[in-house]
Amino acid sequence: MAKGTVLGRHPVGMILAAPYAVYIAVIFAYPLGFAIWMSFHDYFFAAPGAIVDHPFAGLDNYRAVLSDPGVRQAFANIVVFLVINVPLTTGLALVLAVALDKVVHARTFLRVAFYVPYVTASVAVVGVWLFLFNSNGLVNTVLGPLAPDPSWLVNEHLAMPVIALFVTWKQLGFFILLYLAALQNVPRELYESAAVDGASAWNRFWSVTVPAVRPATALVVILALITGANLFTEPYLLTGGGGPNGASASPVLVMYQRGLQQGEPDFAAALGVLLVIGVLIVAYVNRRLIERD
Amino acid sequence: MKRTLPAVLMSLTLAAAGAAACDGSGGGDAGQANAATGPITIWLSNNQEELAWGKAMVESWNTQHADQKITAQEIPAGKSSEEVIGAAITAGNAPCLIFNTAPAAVPQFQKQGGLVALDSFDGAAQYIADRTGGAADQYKSPDGKFYQLPWKSNPVMIFYNKDIFAKAGLDPEKPALTTYDEFLSAARKIKSSNAAQAAIYPAPTSEFFQSWFDFYPLFAAETDGKQLVQDDKAQFNSPEGQRVAAFWKTLYDEGLAPKEQYNGDSFADKKAAMAIVGPWAIAVYGDKVKWGAVPVPTSTGKPAEQIRTFSDAKNVAMYSACQNRATAWEVMKFATGKDQDGALLDKTGQMPLRADLTTAYPDYFAKNPAYKQFADQAARTVEVPNVPNSVSIWQTFRDAYSASVIFGKQPVADAFTGAAQKVDQLASGS
Repeated sequence: MAKGTVLGRHPVGMILAAPYAVYIAVIFAYPLGFAIWMSFHDYFFAAPGAIVDHPFAGLDNYRAVLSDPGVRQAFANIVVFLVINVPLTTGLALVLAVALDKVVHARTFLRVAFYVPYVTASVAVVGVWLFLFNSNGLVNTVLGPLAPDPSWLVNEHLAMPVIALFVTWKQLGFFILLYLAALQNVPRELYESAAVDGASAWNRFWSVTVPAVRPATALVVILALITGANLFTEPYLLTGGGGPNGASASPVLVMYQRGLQQGEPDFAAALGVLLVIGVLIVAYVNRRLIERD
Repeated sequence: MKRTLPAVLMSLTLAAAGAAACDGSGGGDAGQANAATGPITIWLSNNQEELAWGKAMVESWNTQHADQKITAQEIPAGKSSEEVIGAAITAGNAPCLIFNTAPAAVPQFQKQGGLVALDSFDGAAQYIADRTGGAADQYKSPDGKFYQLPWKSNPVMIFYNKDIFAKAGLDPEKPALTTYDEFLSAARKIKSSNAAQAAIYPAPTSEFFQSWFDFYPLFAAETDGKQLVQDDKAQFNSPEGQRVAAFWKTLYDEGLAPKEQYNGDSFADKKAAMAIVGPWAIAVYGDKVKWGAVPVPTSTGKPAEQIRTFSDAKNVAMYSACQNRATAWEVMKFATGKDQDGALLDKTGQMPLRADLTTAYPDYFAKNPAYKQFADQAARTVEVPNVPNSVSIWQTFRDAYSASVIFGKQPVADAFTGAAQKVDQLASGS
C-alpha cells in the first residue's frame, strides 16, 4: 500500500489477482470461517423466517466429536488408509514414471492408460470394482477356495485396504505425471557421471533420481495425504456407507452423515475443523521431513 | 474426491448462509399466507405409477381452478428425498406441498421451521380424523398438532417367490412361515437346496431407514404394535426386541441372509427367495416374479388377523415457503378425497390411509384380490415414532443393530442397552 495509491505499487497486478482473491474469499475463506463459527454454537439449519436461537456452545461440539466412538473409528480407519495408500502411491508413481521416461515404444498409449482412471468419475469406476470384489465377483472366482471369508468389502480387516488400493490405482496417473515432469529436470550429466563411476542401475536410481525428484515427492506425499483425509466417495459407494459396521467410514463421510443426514451441522463443522487442523499438522511435519536438506 | 472436505464444509456453510441471508423475509406473514389463494407448486415421488396418478390429479384440479393452477414436478434427485427436502427448506425454495413426506423426517423439518401446522386451517384436524380414524394420532407431533396429512401406507409383508419355494420343496401356495422356527426351517431348505442365493436379503447397510425393512416390522408384530420409542423411552431393549434380534441374527450367522449389499432388487432378480416389501412392489414385479405374500412371522405364530407391521407410509405436508396456503390446503383435501384416493389405489396399489378403505372401494378389491390382504394389513400398521431427533434415534438403533445382529461384533444385549440409553436421551430432546 505504498506511495499513496489505493492499489499499491502494482495496481494492474492487484486488479488481475483480484478475481481469484475474491473467489478464494467467497468460496473458501468465508465457508471455512462460517464452519468455525458453527462449530462453537448450537446450530441447525432453519427455514428462512424461522425464529431460532443459536446459543454459544463453547467446546461442547468438540467434546462430542472427540468422545464419539464412530468418529474415533473413522480417524483410525483413515490412518490405515494412509499407511497403505501414501507409500504405495509414492513408490509406484515414481517407479512407473521412471519406467515410462525410459520406454521408447507406445509411450503415449501407456501414459494415457495410466491417466484414464484419474479422469474417470469415481461413481463409474466403483461399479467395476464392485463387480470385481463382491462375494461372487471376478476376484473371488479366480481365487476359488483362497477367497477371503467374509468377502473383501464386508470384511472389517480388508474393506479399508481395498479402498486404499482403489484410490492408489485411480490417482496413480496424476502422480506419475508429476514425477514425469520432475524427471525432465534431472540433468543427464548426473547419470553419465554416475555411470562413469561404475554405479549400477539401482545405484543411479537411488542416488541420483530419488534425491533429484525430492521436491516432487514432497508434493506427491502431501497431495496423497490430503486426498486420503478427504476420502468420501469410495466408502460411500464401494462399501455401502462406511461398512461393514463402520470399518471403512471416513471422517468426511461421518461429517456428511451427521451434518446433512441427521441435521447436526454444528457437530459436523467441529469435526471438519479438527480434520483441517490434523491435515495441516501432518502436511507440515511431512514437509519438514521430506524437504530437509 | 480431493475437493470433498471443502465441498462438505461449503454445503454446510452455504446452506447456513442462505438461511441467514433470507432471515425474516421468505416465510412471509403466516396469517396472510394462510388466507391467500393462487398458483402453487407441488412435488411428487418419482415412482412411475405414483407420478402418473399425480399428473392426472393435477390436470383434474387445474381444469377446475384456472386461477389457482398447480405446477407439479418430481422431487429433485438426491441420495434420499429427505436430504433434498431439508436443503430446500433451508434455502427457502421448498414447494407448497410434497406428496412424499416421510413421517420420520417430520420432526426435523418441523424443528427447522419448514412445515405449516395444518390445524391452523378450519376443520383440518376433524378432516384428518374423519378420513384416517384413530390411526391418525400416530402422526401428531409432540405439540399435539398435525404437520403432515396421513396419506397412504405400504404395509410391509413377506413376499415369497413361488417358483423358488417349489424348487426347494416348500409348499408354494400355503408356505409355513408363521413362526420364527418355521421361517428359519424354510430358509435353511432354500439355502441347502440351492434354490436361491439367499433366503431373504434385506439391505445390510447402515442407513438409518434400513431397520424399517428388517427389524421394525417384526418388532411391531411381536409387541402387538409398539413403536420403537414410546413415552420418550426406547422399547426395543425388551424380551420382544431381543427375540426379533435373535431371529435375524440366526439368519445372518447361518448365511441365510447375506451381509453384503446387493446392487439392485434381489427379489426381482431372483437372487432372494423372500423380501419384506409393501404393495407398491406388485406393479413393479409385474409378471417378472410369481409371488405370494404372507404376514411377517412372530415367535409364537400369531394369527394373521392379529399381526401388526410397519406402515411405510408417506404423507402430504405443507411447507412454510408456501405463499398461497389456502389453495394448498384445498389441494390437500382434493387430492385425498374419496375419488382421488380411489384413483391412487387403482394406479399404484398403495393404500390410502382411510379408516373405510375396504368398504370404500369394494369393486377394486373384488377385481384385485391380491391387494385385499394388504388392505386388511393396512388396518394394523405401526408408524415410526414422532419424536425429537427421530433420524438420530433411528441411526443410533441401526448402528447397534449392525454391530450386534448383522456383524456380530458385540452381544445384542450390550448393544441394545447402550443404544437404548442414548435413544432415551435423544427422545427427551437433549
